[in-house]
Amino acid sequence: MAPTLAHGFADPVHAGQAVFRAAMEALSRPGRIRPLVTALVPPAPLTPELAALALALTDADTPVWLDAPLRADPAVAGFLRFHTGAPLVANPGGAAFALIADPARCPPFTDFAPGTPAYPDASATLILAVDTLSDADGRDFAEQACARQVFAGPGIRGTAPFAAGPLPADWTARWAANHAGFPLGIDCLFVAPGRLAGLPRSARPVDAETVPGSDGSAGSEALPCTSR
Amino acid sequence: MNPPNPAVARATVTVSAGAGYNFAYLDEGTKRMIRRAILKAIAIPGYQVPFAAREMPMPYGWGTGGVQVTAAILGAADVLKVIDQGADDTTNAVSIRRFFTATAGIATTTRTAEATVIQTRHRIPEAPLAEGQVLVYQVPIPEPLRFLEPRETETRQLHALAEYGLMHVKLYEDIARHGHIATTYAYPVEVAGRYVMDPSPTPKFDNPKMDDCPALQLFGAGREKRIYAIPPYTRVRSLDFEDHPFRVQRFDRPCALCGAEDVYLDEVVLDDAGGRMFVCSDTDHCETRLGETRLAETRLADGHTGEAA
Repeated sequence: MAPTLAHGFADPVHAGQAVFRAAMEALSRPGRIRPLVTALVPPAPLTPELAALALALTDADTPVWLDAPLRADPAVAGFLRFHTGAPLVANPGGAAFALIADPARCPPFTDFAPGTPAYPDASATLILAVDTLSDADGRDFAEQACARQVFAGPGIRGTAPFAAGPLPADWTARWAANHAGFPLGIDCLFVAPGRLAGLPRSARPVDAETVPGSDGSAGSEALPCTSR
Repeated sequence: MNPPNPAVARATVTVSAGAGYNFAYLDEGTKRMIRRAILKAIAIPGYQVPFAAREMPMPYGWGTGGVQVTAAILGAADVLKVIDQGADDTTNAVSIRRFFTATAGIATTTRTAEATVIQTRHRIPEAPLAEGQVLVYQVPIPEPLRFLEPRETETRQLHALAEYGLMHVKLYEDIARHGHIATTYAYPVEVAGRYVMDPSPTPKFDNPKMDDCPALQLFGAGREKRIYAIPPYTRVRSLDFEDHPFRVQRFDRPCALCGAEDVYLDEVVLDDAGGRMFVCSDTDHCETRLGETRLAETRLADGHTGEAA
């Protein structure tokens, strides 16, 4: 029996708008987790949230790069090609969006387009499917390697602690380098089941030591990276 | 969640109020393109993202940029407010509100506090904005350096190098000629310490409201095909000099209708004999205050003072 193609959005207009608004809110308030509800059932390892963002944001104008686990199953490429029409590219440097199902093995940021000084918007957006996400409320930590940082900058009132995992061990250094290149750089959206958070390049990592509990929860001690 | 059953037809046709139009007029491909530009604009505060602005069923100068941004972000649950120079009841505001009522069937309001999306031409509401609200500006000329350097190739390079000396020279020439910075609207701001941005032709009175604002601010220029943004809680600094600090204009009288002070006033000519009055430019702010005054007067007349006996 031939494999059947999984459905796209039942209502593309309003589902696409809802997913975009969630992404817009996520990027305009870095590190704050918000709900992302979708009824999509895409072929694994493409998660419903990854699929929702791909369907809402990509089309024939946006080259998309898939990481190794997503490339491994041709059903994923088939699903994305059919529903978005986006060209799937082999070179991450040529991608407008990168879908990453195995964030612990996310390629170096330098593999992706950072934009140019004249056109910093010509840069990649990474969408990473993580297992855990945590913000100021400090919920939901697993014993996975969490990259925990405190951020300041546009969209953040005071400081915002944020952690996601699993991510590469050098993630904090990567992000510091990414922010240092502002206005060039890449932007990240993190998805976990039912949830979404964003980190634009403007998010400035601040040393937790220098902001001792500025809002009562900013210190890294308030965010134990352990199971509850 | 049940797996989807391919045998069941799942096509849901989105019917909007304006039959024959997609929800909020624009096609989905255009919306995606605008949405991607908005996301990059938020990630690079103050940077003007080029976008493929469409022809809209209204002339340039009537807010085609703002309308496209609004159309791209609008959802069925949104409540839209549109103001033109602060007023909800002028031609531009009424026609844009009716445009979205017709094409998206969404709710509209004139109350600032009730709106989730506020499209504005040249004012920021007097009532403080809240988290969760989006302010969409209609922008005629997005490039703050355009009147100083007409070539796009050059202004783009100046932004890339963060070379804003020209703008300071312009403000300095104001001081040399007039003794003070004479720029009163479209007063240039520096966003998050990097890009110099044109806040659209809002009076400089409104510039302080852009700083550390809890709401997301989006700017759309249709003819010039640019989108830019100020995320919430972003530092927005009006350019000035140590010895000529930025100051907003003050009015020497309160609003003639509601008595509000520290608001932006419009001059209304009353007759041919030089009669004039100054009233709130923000009609909702004025009406809200008048309503509160009436309510208080009614309560007093009825003997209700609001205090528990």
